Amino acid sequence: MTMFGAKLFVGAVVGAALLVGSALAEDAGLSLSIQDHRFSPVEIRAPANTAITLTVKNLDKSPEEFESKPLRVEKVIAGGAEATIHIRPLSPGKYRFFGDYHEATAVGFLIVE
Amino acid sequence: MLGALIIVFREVIEAGLIVGIALAVTRGVRGSRQWIAGGVLAGVVGALLVAGFAEQLSAAMAGRGQELFNASVLGLAVAMLAWHNVWMARHGRELARELSDVGRAVASGDKTFLALGVVVGVAVLREGAEVALFLYGILISGESGLDVIVGGFAGLGLGALVSFLTFYGLVTIPPRRLFAVTSVLVTLLAGGLAAQGAAFLQQAGVVTALSQTLWDTSAILPDNSLFGRVLHTLIGYSDQPSALQGVAYVATILAIVVTTKFSAPPPRPTASISAPAE
Repeated sequence: MTMFGAKLFVGAVVGAALLVGSALAEDAGLSLSIQDHRFSPVEIRAPANTAITLTVKNLDKSPEEFESKPLRVEKVIAGGAEATIHIRPLSPGKYRFFGDYHEATAVGFLIVE
Repeated sequence: MLGALIIVFREVIEAGLIVGIALAVTRGVRGSRQWIAGGVLAGVVGALLVAGFAEQLSAAMAGRGQELFNASVLGLAVAMLAWHNVWMARHGRELARELSDVGRAVASGDKTFLALGVVVGVAVLREGAEVALFLYGILISGESGLDVIVGGFAGLGLGALVSFLTFYGLVTIPPRRLFAVTSVLVTLLAGGLAAQGAAFLQQAGVVTALSQTLWDTSAILPDNSLFGRVLHTLIGYSDQPSALQGVAYVATILAIVVTTKFSAPPPRPTASISAPAE
């Protein structure tokens, strides 16, 4: 019964994973860089209700974690590397993001309008 | 120095709580400590590897490698916790009865200790990789010198202290009750990990459905505060969860509860029937 139970559970997990669809719509492309633990530009703008693809280039030697609570993003970017971040379609507003390893300086905003 | 301490402590506390729970769950069973210690060790080695290959991992799979890696690692932990709970439902009773006579429990318990070892390893792997990257970043940028490193290691030490406090807090519960308490803890833990995994799938853009925010309690209890972090790890609290996270959370808990019910032996089995054959 344990094995059956375990199989049932694994089956449910696999089934759920297969149900996961990826709806690919047109994305708004944005880019951003990090230098001396600061974002540049500090404010970026995007249209409302459109999925966003944000490219973040880390020009510093040290790694940074790009993080945002309202955007629900948490991504480590190695020193000198570049990362692509997918953001869901948003309603108009001002969304804060920051570098988790240097929160004192690395702060920026995404303005959706 | 204080900043580094707080950042490292914040990361370590998640893994620390999980290690504490795993230790309490396998309390008093000889040999179980090795599995947990092995899990921690494997997690540390894995974390260093992940940190070392962070760039490659991040670039893998069209820039989604990091998210998909995190999601799979969390999925693995959820499956292991579910397995453990189901196993406990079958054998918890014997284990509680024979806690003093540990020989037999060990013989039948090895598999589930492996599962817990994996859960611990995976937790250390995820949080450890972030800590390693953070400390490495400070080392190479040389911005703040030795006291930041000292702060980082103090944070590490405090995190370890949390696992011991969790463990000692849990083991004050009498053994018979302990299994009931830990199985609830493990179920909630699994739900929370599943919700985190769902968030990574959304972040990777693999899943786009159910992205609306369920609630926003970030003004009342932000989940990056200390208490928020603890609740985040223990019961999967999130201050701005997506609908998909909610679904993953509830579905995982239901799946584990139902599977555990199905796997539990009839209320009063005789000792000879429940003899483990595995």
